[in-house]
Formats: sequence, C-alpha cells, structure tokens
Amino acid sequence: MSVRSGRFRLYAAVAGGNFRRFATYRTATLAGVFTNTVFGVILAYTYIALWDERPGLGGYDQAQALTYVWLGQALLMAMAAMGGGFETDLMERIRTGDVAVDLYRPADLQAWWLASDLGRAAFHLLGRGVVPMIFGALVFQLALPDDPLTWLATLLAVLLGVVVSFALRYLVALSAFWLLDGAGVAQVSWLAGTFFSGLLLPLHVFPGALGEAARALPWSALLQVPADVFLGRHTGTGLLAVYAFQAAWAAALLALGRLLQGLATRRVVVQGG
Amino acid sequence: MTSDFITLDGVEKVFDVRRRTGFLRRERHQVRAVDGITFQVPRGEMVGYIGPNGAGKSTTIKMLTGILTPSGGRLRVAGIDPARERTRLARHIGVVFGQRTTLWWDLPLIDSYRLMRRMYRIPDARYAENLDRCVELLDLAALLEVPVRQLSLGQRMRGDIAAALLHDPEVLYLDEPTIGLDVVSKAKVRGFLRDLNAGSGTTVLLTTHDLTDIEQLCRRVMVIDHGRLMYDGPLDGLHEVGQSERMLVVDLERELPPLEVESARVVRTEGPRQWLAFPAAASAAPLVAAVAERYPLVDLSVREPDIEAVIAKMYADRGTS
Repeated sequence: MSVRSGRFRLYAAVAGGNFRRFATYRTATLAGVFTNTVFGVILAYTYIALWDERPGLGGYDQAQALTYVWLGQALLMAMAAMGGGFETDLMERIRTGDVAVDLYRPADLQAWWLASDLGRAAFHLLGRGVVPMIFGALVFQLALPDDPLTWLATLLAVLLGVVVSFALRYLVALSAFWLLDGAGVAQVSWLAGTFFSGLLLPLHVFPGALGEAARALPWSALLQVPADVFLGRHTGTGLLAVYAFQAAWAAALLALGRLLQGLATRRVVVQGG
Repeated sequence: MTSDFITLDGVEKVFDVRRRTGFLRRERHQVRAVDGITFQVPRGEMVGYIGPNGAGKSTTIKMLTGILTPSGGRLRVAGIDPARERTRLARHIGVVFGQRTTLWWDLPLIDSYRLMRRMYRIPDARYAENLDRCVELLDLAALLEVPVRQLSLGQRMRGDIAAALLHDPEVLYLDEPTIGLDVVSKAKVRGFLRDLNAGSGTTVLLTTHDLTDIEQLCRRVMVIDHGRLMYDGPLDGLHEVGQSERMLVVDLERELPPLEVESARVVRTEGPRQWLAFPAAASAAPLVAAVAERYPLVDLSVREPDIEAVIAKMYADRGTS
C-alpha cells in the first residue's frame, strides 16, 4: 500500500466516521429538516412578495428566485454558513486542551478536520437538504434544471463551496489558540456567512460597489456560485471561471490556515494538565 | 548510551505569562514549567514519573510527544527529536491521557480502532492479532459495538489503552491512567500494564498521583517538583529520602490525652480517635503492640503515606537544609 493511498484511506475513514456520527442523531436531523422547511416557506413568501413588486430582480424570474430559496435551504447546513460545522468542536478542543490528542497523532490537523467536515457536509446535504428541496419543489413552482449535467456541475460547485467554507471556519477555529474563547469570532463569521453567502438575498440584488464586493468575497462561493450554476447562469468557459474563483479562494484560505496552524502549534500553549 | 530509549539533557520549557495587575496593566513574567531536567530511560523499563499538580509532569510528556517545543536542552525519543519530527515519532509512541480520550465519542468503540488501523497503517494480520489480545486482556469483547459515550469511565479508559497499543508502540506514555477508576478497574489496568511491559518489552513512562500504581508497577521512580528533578531511583529510596511517615489511626474506648509511645508521635486527635505518625520504613507491629498494651484500644487502621505528602516533605526539607 503506497503512502498516498494509505493517507487517502485514513481521511476517507475520518470522513466516513463523521458522516455516521451525525447520522446517529436522528431526532436532531428531523427537527432540523422541519426548521429548514419552515424557514424556506417564510423566505419563499417573502421572495414572492418582493418579485411580484420587482419582477426580474437580480436577473432572476420568480421561479428562479424560489429555486434559489429552496436550494439555499438545502445547502444551508452543508455549507455550515450559520454554524453547525466542525469549528465549534475544534474550538472546544483547543479551549479544554483536548487538541493535544489531535496533535500527537500521525495525521495533519487541517487535513483531518477537512475530512471530518466533508463527512459532516455530505451527511447534511443528504439528511438536511433533500427533504426541504423536495418539499419546495412540490409546493412551489421551481425552475429545476432538465440536464443531468447541470446537477453534476452543481454538485462540484457545492463541493468546492464546502471546502471554501471549511477553510474560512478553520481560520475562525484556530483563533481559539490565541483567544481561548473563540465564540465571538465564530458569531461574526456566521453573521458574515449568512449575509455574504447570499442566504438572505441573492448577491446580484445588491447594486454598485457593495454588490461587486459581496460577489468577490469568498462567502459567495458557498451559495451564490452553486445556485447560479444550478440555475444555468454559468455555462462553458463561464462555468470554468466560477470553478476557478472557488478553487482560488479555497487554495488561498487553506494556505493561510496552514500558516496559522504552524504558528499556533509552535508557539501556543496547550491548555490543561 | 545507545541503549537509552528516552534521553533528556537539561531540557527546559519556559512559558511567557501575562498577568493583570491593574485595570489595563499587564505584567509579563516567565514561568519555568520545566527547569533543566536530565534523565535517561532504557528500552523496556517502566518508570514512574510523579510530582504534585503543576510540577511539570504533563509539560514533560507534551515535549516527549512533540506537542510542545522545549525552550532549551536536548531531547530524543527513539533517536527522534519529537518537536521537529512529530509525525514520524507518532508511529513509535502510544499516549494515554487519563483525562482525555482519543476515541470517537458518538461511535461504537470498534470504529475508533478501525480508524487507528488506517492512521498508523497497521498491517491486517498484526491489527487482528493486537486487537484480539487487547480485547481479551482488557475485557473489551462486550463493549466493541457500544458507542463510546455510553461507556463507564473504567471501560473508556481500557478502551483508550487498547487504542494506544494497536500499532505496537515502542514506548507508552500514560498520564494518570487510573484517575477516577474504582479499585477493580485499577487492578485490571495495572495487571495489563505489568503484562505488557514484561511480555512485549514496551517502555512505559507513567505519571500518576496514586502511589499504589507506582508500587505495583515501577521499580524506578522520578519525582519532579517546580520543574526540577528532585529524585530519581528506586521507590524504597524515595521513602528514605523523603523521610515519609505512615499513619496509625487508633480508636480508643474513650477520649484520652495524646498517647505517649516510642517511635511515634500523635499528630491529631478527634474525640476517642488519634493519629500517630511513624517512619514508613518501620514495622507497625511493635507500635500496635505498645499501644494495645498500655491503652484501651478498640480498633485501628494503618494508612500508607501518600505521594503528595512525601514530596511536599521532600521539598520542604530541601528548602530548609
């Protein structure tokens, strides 16, 4: 067994284990599905009111806008834009010193948590995403893509989005090495994630410099980009360009995370006896 | 000294600590958690590493695993500089922190072992063999399918010890492995460690507050306090150096003034109960006989010196001499 395939199998095991970990909490999943659906209905009626008033807002017709709402609900937990990801676990482990256990393992901290978060996201996509999406499609008039390739293209954009989301939250989590209580940073990050991912309103709705900036920030890779791929706004080279946008943010933020991780593990005290 | 598996040579760890001294004022000062420690542990030895809370034990262990970088001195485990090659070292060592767990909290115990197998790339045959042995000796068969969060503390600790041993580490660091365990669980863990050390020749470094752990497992003990090595030698020698005392607790028929017997002194009285301290190396028998002869004795018990007291006394003696 080569080193590379051994490593892959380790991280696959980490991802698989975390998938099953979330799968053990069935009641929580059901409650979450219910919340997503209710939230989706509220947003859907808000959007209907808005698009009745301003048809074609942001370049979306009403069916597309509603599709955007329900895709947002389906991806909300997978992207962990409003929290619920690994960062709470890792910050708690840093605060209590349990991170020592992670550090003496023959595994890379960042890769370990990335694998773990991908496992979680996969569960949340299926467990928390599918039902609200079906509900939305049954109750509202949605503009779902006909071409299976569009669904596949969306899946890739979602995967890249989760990696960007992870990379952002990894920075947030590492702040606990210095601050000990990273809750404040996490709150700010979730707030930023909620707005700048386009979860409340598509970023195309915002005019001028604010809109430009919002669309260029990494959070737009979480929902705005996958949603636009899903709605067929990006095809051909345009599609490659948005993938490149997501991949570039992922690479830059992961690299920053590595840098910070090096500083944290070299300089910072592991808490507790 | 090629046979030495663990070598520390003047190892130091200094932490910068900022303390609030006023509303906005901070004062920086340095804490020398480990202040120039030198010792060697040959392959296959089982050593007790003890000291009061905050003495520097865990800091030493963290440097030995590579989690903390020493501020000074030289440190080698299996010829590897832990801080520089943490990941390479990880394959040679097993770690059990009594107060933490390496196991997957929400998943069945066996899932954590399967993960260990991937993490340490343990060949299939060896994994099966080691798992079988741990399951048998640590009595884990009924627990493998149980989610870790449902295990009792003793069960979880046994599970953690197994997890640390599946990859055949050459050295095992145990940081208070019996903390919070009941008597039966403690005995199980100790028995297993004794067999492990005798059978596989695994080098073991054990930190604990429980003197019985050391007495039953280690011939050699190192005492650390305030970041310095205070004692390194056999356990018996520690009692001599520390001039430790055992305690004879006697219940008398009635309240009496402090008893007067040779070779012991009353350190405390509480109604008809009195506490007599006598040297740990001496036998309790003549003392008991002397008390029973002269006083109306109802009941008695002997308390072994606890390690904290021994060390505290050692430290106090050193301070005054």
